[in-house]
Amino acid sequence: MTRFLVRRAAAAIPIMLGVVFIVMGTMDVIPGDPAAMMLGQGATQDMVTRLRAELGLDRPLAVRYVEYLGRLLRGDLGHSIVDGRPVSEEIRQAWTATLELGAAALVLTVVVGVTAGAFAAHWRDSVFDGASRVLALVGLSMPVFWTGIVFILVFSLELRWLPSGGRGAWPHLVLPAVTLAIPSAATIARVTRSAMLGVLHEDYVRTAYAKGAHDAAVLFRHALRNAIIPVVTVLGLQLGQLLGGAILTETVFSWPGVGRLLVQAISSRDYILVEGGVLLLAATFVVTNLAVDVAYAYLDPRVVYR
Amino acid sequence: MSVHRSSASALWRRLRRNRLALGGGLMIGVLLIVAALAPYLAPYDPAHQSLADKLAGPTARHLLGTDEFGRDVLSRLIFGSRVELAVGVASVLVGLALGTALGTVAAYWGGIADEVTMRALDVLLAFPYLLLAILVVSVLGANVRSTILAVGLWATPGFARVIRGLVLLVAGQEYVEASRAIGARTARIILRHVLPNCVSVLIVYAALYMANAILLEAALSFLGLGVQPPAASWGVMISTGRDYLLEAPHIATFAGLAIAFTVLGFNLFADGLRDALDTKATP
Repeated sequence: MTRFLVRRAAAAIPIMLGVVFIVMGTMDVIPGDPAAMMLGQGATQDMVTRLRAELGLDRPLAVRYVEYLGRLLRGDLGHSIVDGRPVSEEIRQAWTATLELGAAALVLTVVVGVTAGAFAAHWRDSVFDGASRVLALVGLSMPVFWTGIVFILVFSLELRWLPSGGRGAWPHLVLPAVTLAIPSAATIARVTRSAMLGVLHEDYVRTAYAKGAHDAAVLFRHALRNAIIPVVTVLGLQLGQLLGGAILTETVFSWPGVGRLLVQAISSRDYILVEGGVLLLAATFVVTNLAVDVAYAYLDPRVVYR
Repeated sequence: MSVHRSSASALWRRLRRNRLALGGGLMIGVLLIVAALAPYLAPYDPAHQSLADKLAGPTARHLLGTDEFGRDVLSRLIFGSRVELAVGVASVLVGLALGTALGTVAAYWGGIADEVTMRALDVLLAFPYLLLAILVVSVLGANVRSTILAVGLWATPGFARVIRGLVLLVAGQEYVEASRAIGARTARIILRHVLPNCVSVLIVYAALYMANAILLEAALSFLGLGVQPPAASWGVMISTGRDYLLEAPHIATFAGLAIAFTVLGFNLFADGLRDALDTKATP
């Protein structure tokens, strides 16, 4: 098990190196000289050249790449072009907001998705099954940012039940979290349903019923345990969807997270901040998928690790 | 995943029995007709401004109301279908072409080619949804062409993995070995024998990716990083409609419904097609 963990973590390293390279390379070819942008309109060519040297922009990409990696390892993401603050500090504040939103959406995704999928499989071809399948498809088809806007329109502007944006007490979290969770919960419901259908006719399920176990006990203790692997796999992939969706949800609800920070940084061409934000989100995705792989071992003892 | 050599008519028979797929197909059909006949169906010129009528709700004259410049929302939605379909189809084709090339190379040559290609694709997959597209657009500038490329690149790893799996499966079949035995060249084997047997599975994936490509394009346009105004993109309409949510909620509402309708059509169609083909394609 330890060997597996080490090997799996080692496999994530070249991926992260590649991610860093792509992000850095991208920022390198973006039109517009960051040094000229930092100095503004009145800068002379001489000033730009000096700042470029100061920022190290005049050195070859490979050299800067190695240096950047070194700084990353020390947790140094550089300074924002716009306000000069350390990027790691700006991101740290936004990061807790994104984690709060993401965690709430993840809990909703798992609870609603797995429950709906399990019962849809249990009552196959019933009204509940049909309704939940259609709802899941509709949920998958609505653009996240539009769902958010409609929620604001209905629950904030019309009914005045919930705040329309910003971060604060728990009511602020409800609309963004539900908005973000809808497509993921829909996906998980679909995967859970089909995985459950695969195991519900197995002997051990019949045995459990024969022993007099309740529906819920059979479904969640016996069947789901054996159907959970594909669900967890897709859940790992959905984390990417949640992180990306957070960019849209945070923009719609003015949620002060990494996604909104990223969108603002792109429009103000603060490429160092963009670099840091993208790296953080990609790293989160890689690490959580590592965690998903590890979770297999606990969920399914049949998985053999070498 | 199994390889199907069922004839088109057998597929059509199975598809016809699947109500969801038929519904989805019908929705796509409606959309195609609307896009094709846009100049005849739209009651107004989508760019015609009438500031006296701006931000008006639905009336008999403007069935879906007007936007902030007094342009007819229905006409803009009708013309917008052209933008959505064109960007969707083009980006799926980009993803399909790149994915097919990479997946085939990886599977057919194996060894280092396989290893390098798949690891490179893993790096692309490490970018959460939307993030890679944002990076691409920030380099190439926000316009239709970079949107297509961005969405196409996002679809590439998925297509490449599917193609790789299919090619590995098909390459081991006897008829491929037979044609190799009679001296057919690799390129010929791939083009004549391997890829045609992957077509049905690819159609399912293409429909699934079409749904997601339209969502992604709309998201980019909403963030101001995709199709640019004054083009009648639905994502742009939601974005501007958001600024007038209190006085004219109909703009964002109808544009979002149009996107949901389109994406639902492709999702239903892909779902039904997958059942009809009995493949295990997942988005």
